[in-house]
Amino acid sequence: MKKRLLSYILVLTMVLIMTACGSDKEKETTSTNTTGKSVKVGLVTDVGGVNDGSFNQSSLEGLQRAGKELGIQVNYLESKTDADYKPNIQTFLEDDYDLIICIGKWLEDATREAAEDNPKKKFAIIDDMSMADMPNVTSIMFEQSQSAYLAGIAAGKMTKTNTVGFVIGRTNEIMNQFGYGYFSGVLDANSNAKILQINANSFTDTAAGKSAAVNMVTNGADIIFQAAGATGLGVIEGCKESNIWAIGVDSDQSSLAPKNILTSAMKRVDNACYDIAKCCQEGTIKSGVITYDLKNQGVDIAPTKTNLTDDVVKAIEETKQKIKSGEITVPKTKKEFEKKYGDIYELD
Amino acid sequence: MDVIIQNLGIIINATLTATPPLLFAALGSCFSERSGVINIGIEGMMTIGAFSGVVAALLTGNPWLGFFCGGLAGALFGVIHAIVCISFGADQTISGTAINFLAPGIAIFFCKAIYKNSSQTPSLDTVQKLPKLFDGVFPVRSFWNNVLNTYTATYLCFILAVFIWFLFYKTSFGMRLRAVGEHPKACETQGINVFKVRYICVIASGFLAGLGGAYVTLATVNQFRPSVIVGQGFIAIAAVIFGKFTPQGSVKACLFFGLCSGIKTLAANGNYVSPDLISMIPYIVTIITLVLFVGKTRIPAANGKPYLKVK
Repeated sequence: MKKRLLSYILVLTMVLIMTACGSDKEKETTSTNTTGKSVKVGLVTDVGGVNDGSFNQSSLEGLQRAGKELGIQVNYLESKTDADYKPNIQTFLEDDYDLIICIGKWLEDATREAAEDNPKKKFAIIDDMSMADMPNVTSIMFEQSQSAYLAGIAAGKMTKTNTVGFVIGRTNEIMNQFGYGYFSGVLDANSNAKILQINANSFTDTAAGKSAAVNMVTNGADIIFQAAGATGLGVIEGCKESNIWAIGVDSDQSSLAPKNILTSAMKRVDNACYDIAKCCQEGTIKSGVITYDLKNQGVDIAPTKTNLTDDVVKAIEETKQKIKSGEITVPKTKKEFEKKYGDIYELD
Repeated sequence: MDVIIQNLGIIINATLTATPPLLFAALGSCFSERSGVINIGIEGMMTIGAFSGVVAALLTGNPWLGFFCGGLAGALFGVIHAIVCISFGADQTISGTAINFLAPGIAIFFCKAIYKNSSQTPSLDTVQKLPKLFDGVFPVRSFWNNVLNTYTATYLCFILAVFIWFLFYKTSFGMRLRAVGEHPKACETQGINVFKVRYICVIASGFLAGLGGAYVTLATVNQFRPSVIVGQGFIAIAAVIFGKFTPQGSVKACLFFGLCSGIKTLAANGNYVSPDLISMIPYIVTIITLVLFVGKTRIPAANGKPYLKVK
């Protein structure tokens, strides 16, 4: 009997430690506002989670910056599977959050449902404009094809084997814009280049990313662009071991492999999250679509340029100006891309 | 012909990338299950091993020391599991499940405590990672480079499997281990210390699972993140059942699961096959093989039953 009691106590201790860890994770980002009224902003990630080293992580960093600098109360919930989107949004609604930021197109349906049921709450969604006409939803769009195009220019000019690779996490019209931009950039810079393409069908499978990199290296690639969240970290690791170039995505990923990250196609989700939280606090939040592109520095090539040769840096700067002035239009849909380059993008 | 050889190289390489963590963990699971203690906590032990391995490698700069520390951390959770299940005779499944929650929680907690509130560790330099045996011997894009130039630890896990097979079937300890899992009471009457044997086995299973986790962070990738161990522990347990609770069977089963991910990699090339179909490959192949080729698996008779000494 004594032993049984002791085992119950042990299990109880375990449960207590567990719950202690759990709540630590959720509450850590909360900061209280001492001036003016306290605004509460919640962020729901997609399945990549807040440590994907790119998209979600960068969003959270932006929001946390807003929390620190503006005294906004911020919090986040990670989605482990697609089934978590609705409950996570619901949790924030029940806790009476003023603005809920949904990270990524995968949250489209969950966001629409919540926004329709709660017309008085504000929502923001990144990478989706299907709710542009709803009065309480702000759609935040990025012209990621532009930064991917610049990365493509770098890859096309720097490749020695005339073979480059592209690894995508999962496909939808937003993710494919990375591909369209990158492919156009590579082919505009080097019309002889061959582009290998793999759909890893996961944003979390690091081992699959590494195997994809080995696969491409064996087939001759010497530069690989990855738009695949945590799977992409495996791609970078694979590139590092074979000592070829990798191109980062969303944030400046050069710190992950300083000698092997050629450049990164940045998507400043952090700025977008900061801006929208600020608007929410000031009460100037508007529905409709906000677009971030090269002109307002919402997308760009990474500031770390040590691995690029001088003439490539120059070519990228020139291209940037041409895109800004409208001289070059980067294709961002299947139709626009195939009209110019033919049906060579197989992932859509 | 060249293309076939090249693709074969890619498949073997991907197989050898995915197999070792599963194999380390599966060998650990063999120890525990054969001695009569169900260890569902393999996944959690791998996670803590993955975390501790990286931290030790970062602090000391020595990957092998990190690898060993990963094992020790797993063994520590093995001790917890052993105390709860063997000494106190608690439900083994519940204890294992608790470890699966507890270990990742502790890993993330300490990660945040050590590395400025970030739930991922800094990345390891190449010198801090487990070495590759034939680095630079073969040309980068060649078949032999893809096949033979894998981590030394990969070779190690296969050598370990042979050693454990020897231990199980050719030594008196192995015989006691198996006997304890079948009929502990009979062993006790023969003067075998059931508790001692089970303690050793459960701690060994934690140690090996920890090594499996450390392999992932010190070889496959170069940092700890909560998402590095996602289901490998459970696949390892499945592999043990698949391999009829024997080390040699587990090797085959782990290679088989590894091969599936190898085929997945190759099939993803150029996106000619729907990626959703490709993702189903391991599961479909597993079900088919399980139904068609694997005969009846005999579970160790005393597995999962707590043994309490009669006073």
